Amino acid sequence: MQTQAIGSINWFRYASPQSFYPLAGAMIPWFAWAAAVLCAAGLYVGFLVAPTDHQQGESYRIIFIHVPAAWMSMFIYVVMAFWAGVGLVFNTRLSHMMATALAPTGALFTFVALWSGSLWGKPTWGTWWVWDARLTSELILLFLYFGFMALQAAIDEPRRADRAGAVLALVGVVNIPIIYFSVQWWNTLHQGASVSVTSAPTMAATMLTGMLLMALAAWMYSIAASLHRVRSIILERERGADWVAQGRVRP
Amino acid sequence: MNWGSLSDFLAMGGYAFYVWGSYAVTAGLIAVEVIMLIVLRRNAMKTAGMPAAGDMP
Repeated sequence: MQTQAIGSINWFRYASPQSFYPLAGAMIPWFAWAAAVLCAAGLYVGFLVAPTDHQQGESYRIIFIHVPAAWMSMFIYVVMAFWAGVGLVFNTRLSHMMATALAPTGALFTFVALWSGSLWGKPTWGTWWVWDARLTSELILLFLYFGFMALQAAIDEPRRADRAGAVLALVGVVNIPIIYFSVQWWNTLHQGASVSVTSAPTMAATMLTGMLLMALAAWMYSIAASLHRVRSIILERERGADWVAQGRVRP
Repeated sequence: MNWGSLSDFLAMGGYAFYVWGSYAVTAGLIAVEVIMLIVLRRNAMKTAGMPAAGDMP
């Protein structure tokens, strides 16, 4: 246990699994509820408020899961690689556990982005799949997640599994800018970004609202799911530690 | 309001398969992940020698 300065919160305290465990437990319901409420609002706006697209008809409504899932798939990877990097540099157990906890949720969103993209591509492009730069690099992202999970699962010794996974996660991070800029760098069937920081969005305001609500819901869900998973990983890994073994675990 | 009736809504302007196919698989996968999270939690608590009751956030 680290000492705590009087009158100030020492945030590094939460770098220890023992302190983080109850904190994560307290945060999960908030993020889970926020996800549910934002998702309900996003679906309401997406299906009942946003108008029919004049080019794509109703098929465009796939956007409300496709774009948030694609954003999450990339963002979770960056966060996962960040924690993996922190774990490598500072040798902190909890950072590696966070990276491990994020991977399945990242893989889920990557698959959803590919799946919904395929179901959107068929009516709009006339094909389920093309090997263009955007689709291929997103598929590589899915394999990076699977590779990370498989590598960690294949190594019995947790600290070695942590380090091996972290190296893979960090090497794979080069794929993220490739996905993001693929539509600019190559001539792809996939369209360019409809929403960017530097220019006004090229879509109706209600469509954008629905999409952003769904994106926020995906964020909240991802945080709740990975916090839930990291708590299980902490219990599993720290079961030999006094605070777990002696039952001093607060829910 | 975009839809005259429930069947209009379900038909999705002829794109029902694509739209609902996307949403159903997403919802299904999230349900699977939530179940897996609960199973992982139960197993972790068992491994750590803790009673399984309660403590489900």
